[in-house]
Amino acid sequence: MSDTIIKVENISKLYRLGEVGTGTLRHDFNRWWHKVRGKEDPYLKIGQVNDRSIKSDSDYAWALQDVSFEVKRGEVLGIIGRNGAGKSTLLKILSRVTMPTAGEIKIKGRIASLLEVGTGFNPELTGRDNIYLNGAILGMRKREIDRKFDEIVAFSEVERYIDTPVKRYSSGMYVRLAFAVAAHLEPEILIVDEVLAVGDMEFQKKCLGKMQDVAAKEGRTVLFVSHNMAAVNRLCQTGLLLEKGSIALCGNISSVVAKYLQSDTGDKTQFVPDPAKPPVGNDTVILLALAVKGGDGSVGPTFVSSTAIKAEITCRVLKAVRGLRVGFHLHSADGTIVFNAADTDADGGLEDERACHPGVYTSTCVIPEGLLNRGQYSITVGSDTPMGGNFYCENAVSFFIVPDGTRDSREDNRPGIVCPRLSWEIARKTELETDDRNPVPVH
Amino acid sequence: MSAPVLEARPAPAVASADDDQWSLVIRPHGRWWELQLADVWHYRDLLWMFIRRDFVSVYKQTILGPIWFFIQPLLTTIMFTIVFSGVAKISTGNYPPMLFYLAGTTPWNYFATCLTKTSGTFINNSQLFGKVYFPRLVTPISIVASNLIQFSIQFLLFFGFLAYYLVKGAAIQPDWLMIVLLTPVLLLLMALLGLGTGILVSSLTTKYRDLNFLIAFGVQLAMYGTPVIIPMASIPQKYRLLVEADPMSAIIESFRAIYLGGDIPWSQLGISAGVTAILLLLGVAIFNKVEKTFMDTV
Repeated sequence: MSDTIIKVENISKLYRLGEVGTGTLRHDFNRWWHKVRGKEDPYLKIGQVNDRSIKSDSDYAWALQDVSFEVKRGEVLGIIGRNGAGKSTLLKILSRVTMPTAGEIKIKGRIASLLEVGTGFNPELTGRDNIYLNGAILGMRKREIDRKFDEIVAFSEVERYIDTPVKRYSSGMYVRLAFAVAAHLEPEILIVDEVLAVGDMEFQKKCLGKMQDVAAKEGRTVLFVSHNMAAVNRLCQTGLLLEKGSIALCGNISSVVAKYLQSDTGDKTQFVPDPAKPPVGNDTVILLALAVKGGDGSVGPTFVSSTAIKAEITCRVLKAVRGLRVGFHLHSADGTIVFNAADTDADGGLEDERACHPGVYTSTCVIPEGLLNRGQYSITVGSDTPMGGNFYCENAVSFFIVPDGTRDSREDNRPGIVCPRLSWEIARKTELETDDRNPVPVH
Repeated sequence: MSAPVLEARPAPAVASADDDQWSLVIRPHGRWWELQLADVWHYRDLLWMFIRRDFVSVYKQTILGPIWFFIQPLLTTIMFTIVFSGVAKISTGNYPPMLFYLAGTTPWNYFATCLTKTSGTFINNSQLFGKVYFPRLVTPISIVASNLIQFSIQFLLFFGFLAYYLVKGAAIQPDWLMIVLLTPVLLLLMALLGLGTGILVSSLTTKYRDLNFLIAFGVQLAMYGTPVIIPMASIPQKYRLLVEADPMSAIIESFRAIYLGGDIPWSQLGISAGVTAILLLLGVAIFNKVEKTFMDTV
């Protein structure tokens, strides 16, 4: 069962930047003129590496350049990369929404793509009609939908509303119904793009589980694009990391995810306010710097879970003030506040001195090793006095925690935002007590 | 479940031996003569769903529902009768003006709706087309098919008037045999002509929207270049050729001839059919070429 089901060979995709206007007609004409004379397309050469943050002179950009890879039957491939790395373009080409500029893709079997949940739903039609309509759009035959209709309705959990127009549905019900249809497609290859970012937690779990089933039990091939590294890690065996339209790494999922997290993902562990802008703060305190460091001196942005992490907040105190407090919120990747920490917890330090003597002060907080679970975290820094806030700077820095790999995988994969080592005690019961509850026959 | 083959392409001569085991090959440029009609056939259930959707969703939340289909042509015809027959005194031959105009507007409306609606295929459906693949041709075909519903309702209106005038003893001679034989043919011709022209326009408007402006009033203007209001016989000789060049003219004239009496312009009808076939083939070929990349420019 390890035959190649998708073979992507040197796929490239060129996009024209900017607006379509009269200049486009001139380009079209020029292109046509070159073609007539049997010459190469003059605009194919001038595209540059696609970096969205750099302004380019060229009107054309390569969204994908020379991408080649293979997918085996039954494999779950996770495609990751930053925004604009070419993930969606790749999926669009694979699902035949658009064509590549160059290269070739060979596919065995039927492809169904879920680039969006609820594609083609008609708000006026009932849930029942939309199941048929959506199914047909996704490539199912009517009798196939007939056969699975009950299963789809059961999966979506909207039985009661099945004969109500979907415009009366809540957005959650809408998404449930839409995913249910898609999940019951039976293609050899399923392409999924970020659809899990919808629905409540319980339903997201159900979707992930269903996708796992599709791959593991039914032996189908799944191509999965997501920014949710936890989901990618759990679902996929192999990963494909795209950077600026080219493949940066393809291989074992954990190594690909690690590379993605370590690469310059725009995460910074240092925050220094831009001197050209008004200072962050007020007439009492201004923020000078915020830095996250490893307790062992490492600079991140990735820290292993077995090191402590130091958060250093440096501020300039401009005038004597009572009850000054500097602190931060630690957020998990989904924005949940894991905890709030403030330097008023410091024991007997410089609190009084700071209150009387303006100057530059650094407050350092140590987040103990082994407290944070693997994942991405960010820090919102702030300061206040009993009179009100001085500054508040959201998600100023962020960092990643990765398992140190010394424990077994069962230990490394604990769920939860934090994974503190709590104190446990294991005691052995005496035989007498055991006998009281579970009488053992005496011979 | 068996694996339905989405699109089987012949292996190119230079390909390696294992090339034919792939069921789908995505390449930058398909060949223009690959019309992918088998692909459309595979998605025939979708075609049916689209027709059903159009039918069910059009009159949701209206009180009068399909009666709107009656009101529009009825008012137009009354207007025509007052303006062109009453005020401008343009002859409609021996036929009652009301019936004459209805016999023109009923088929013309069908063609015009097919043309205008299919000409928006790419632009109106770019949301859907951008997210999922299915043979794009399914959409315009479904539009043409679901327009038949509107046509049949308007046809009923026309037929009602026809019966009324027959009972009243007006000077009309419906050729019942030809009605049965030719009505479906004329309908098909109009559908294909509307489809062919519509998808041609739709393909050309993905990048440059200029034609969009033309199509809205162009259809309106074309009605005056077609014997919908003025009978062919009353058109001055110097404009005759221009009007005859319009492939819809022969269709409208034939429609009127079989229901009200008169000679069917067989040779012009044949030319119309030829023009329709050419436009349709051209339309489908260009449509297929455009559908592959239109998402990048629309």
